[in-house]
Amino acid sequence: MNTLLVLLQKEFKQIFRNTLILRMIIAMPIVQLLVMPLAADYEIKNIEIAIVDEDQTALSRQLIHHISASGYFNLVSYGANYKKALQLIEKDKAVLALQIPSNFEKDLHKEDNGGLFLAINAINGMKANVGSAYLGQIIRSFNQELRLKTTVGYALPIMPLIEIIPVNWFNPLLNYRIFMVPGILVLLVTMIGSYMCALNIVKEKEIGTIEQINVSPIKKSHFILAKLIPFWIIGQFVFTIGLFGIARLVYGIVPEGNLLIIYGFLSIYLVAILGIGLLISTYSENQQQAMSLTFFFMMIFILMGGLFTPIESMPDWAQWVASLNPVSYFIEVMRMVISKGSQWQDLKSHFVVMTLFALFFNTWALLNYKKTS
Amino acid sequence: MNQKSVIQVKNLTKRFGTFTAVDNISFTVQKGEIFGFLGANGAGKTTAMRMLCGLSKPTEGSAIIAGFDIYQETEKIKRSIGYMSQKFSLYEDLSVNENIHFFGGIYGLSKKEIRERASLLIDKLGLKSASDKLVGSLPLGWKQKLAFSVAIFHNPKIVFLDEPTGGVDPITRRQFWDLIYEASDSGITVFVTTHYMDEATYCHRITMMVDGVIKALDTPSNLKEQYKAESIDEVFFELARNAKRKAD
Repeated sequence: MNTLLVLLQKEFKQIFRNTLILRMIIAMPIVQLLVMPLAADYEIKNIEIAIVDEDQTALSRQLIHHISASGYFNLVSYGANYKKALQLIEKDKAVLALQIPSNFEKDLHKEDNGGLFLAINAINGMKANVGSAYLGQIIRSFNQELRLKTTVGYALPIMPLIEIIPVNWFNPLLNYRIFMVPGILVLLVTMIGSYMCALNIVKEKEIGTIEQINVSPIKKSHFILAKLIPFWIIGQFVFTIGLFGIARLVYGIVPEGNLLIIYGFLSIYLVAILGIGLLISTYSENQQQAMSLTFFFMMIFILMGGLFTPIESMPDWAQWVASLNPVSYFIEVMRMVISKGSQWQDLKSHFVVMTLFALFFNTWALLNYKKTS
Repeated sequence: MNQKSVIQVKNLTKRFGTFTAVDNISFTVQKGEIFGFLGANGAGKTTAMRMLCGLSKPTEGSAIIAGFDIYQETEKIKRSIGYMSQKFSLYEDLSVNENIHFFGGIYGLSKKEIRERASLLIDKLGLKSASDKLVGSLPLGWKQKLAFSVAIFHNPKIVFLDEPTGGVDPITRRQFWDLIYEASDSGITVFVTTHYMDEATYCHRITMMVDGVIKALDTPSNLKEQYKAESIDEVFFELARNAKRKAD
């Protein structure tokens, strides 16, 4: 009987006998893909705003109407007391406090110059940023309308207006999920590959069965292959559930590009990720160490993988780190193929880089895996 | 050297940095012999045994195991030996049958061979009703007997046992030794480390290791005579008393 076959049989028996792992394999893609895209939504709505209207004129009311009609803001307080509005910010009840000073309308008409004051609660930097940007936009367009109105009757407007008409390619409705789901799918496969593979091998070290393997004539390469192959298959399986079961059925995401490219890349990617798991297992003596090490790398991989923040806007050194992160390549490939329908020609370099990753991690792990001490 | 010697060790030494775990030991073990390896904790027994199994590379010295060189032919050695470690070494999440099939399989036995030998073994151990139970659910005594039987399942020339009866009750220990005698009768050389002095007397010859050095090597009765002792216990105390290394 072939040794590799005997080893594989044993691995599959052990994996499928472990009901916790089995449940995780099924539940993880479903739960993560159902919960995370809904929760990790960048579109910010319901920004609490407190408006202090000291002007109380038709114009100030018009502006307030514009703001509340935009749908982004939630007016938590309206009044004429700036102190009270500031208190709301201090208590974290409001993100923005907009003060319309008393002579706003008069100044605007007479001196052609009206001032507004905006206080921003920057504890939640993202919300503050987005909120002030939205508000700026609303005020600008309000301003433009005003100008058009006041210049009616003149032959030419004082300043030419440039209007921008944006068209969103590849994701016309800026559907957040089309952007997030493929990325989360990548993380999922990454976790399964690295954690499960590393823990599985280290467990044998911990309980001592690896000694028994090491005194046997099993070849190093057979032992390692028998550890990698099951998780390679499980990775493919989980990915398929995610792509067809959840992304398509729940979110209606149908890849624009070729599925063969996605699965081809996944196959190489899994080898690379399993190589990382293997490498971690050769450096850890027990499952606790393996968990800590994997967690350390996963944090970097996830935060620098371009899922939550675009790599292009990272500082140079961080972009350099991201270019050494296999996760970032797969996320990019997934997004390119799924929403853009990118072809093999566009992705050749990604394939080359991932193959190098796979070779690198596995060679390192193999060199570090010893049967003798 | 004797044609029938299956283990020939000469000046074997293992150093970890400045610490010499095994210091220049030499001995020969004959085919079918039960060779006891005694010593306090930390005396270097396990390190010596790990070198002989090819799990650890010696720093100096030479050894021929089952006719193969310990440096050059470790993979060939591995085919000819069985090993049972201190830690329980079967898979607890596999059944009795699956463990036997797995370990038979990795030593390259054919399916038919495995099936035949497995049913004989399960009958012998009285595990028929438990053959589909997970090994983890068996009592320790049964596990140890099974682990030994699995270690010699592929008919090795030598079997190495590292404190095989730790934590096992006296009756099971006797049964365990019956299995060892049976293996020895069938020509398998048994190399065993132990802390139990009654077990030492069951061995054909014993060595006493102190501080990485072999202090005595002879049959149990000769040793008792030589040290004018009533029991092997006394011989052990006499030798181990002067040990410089503190146990554990």
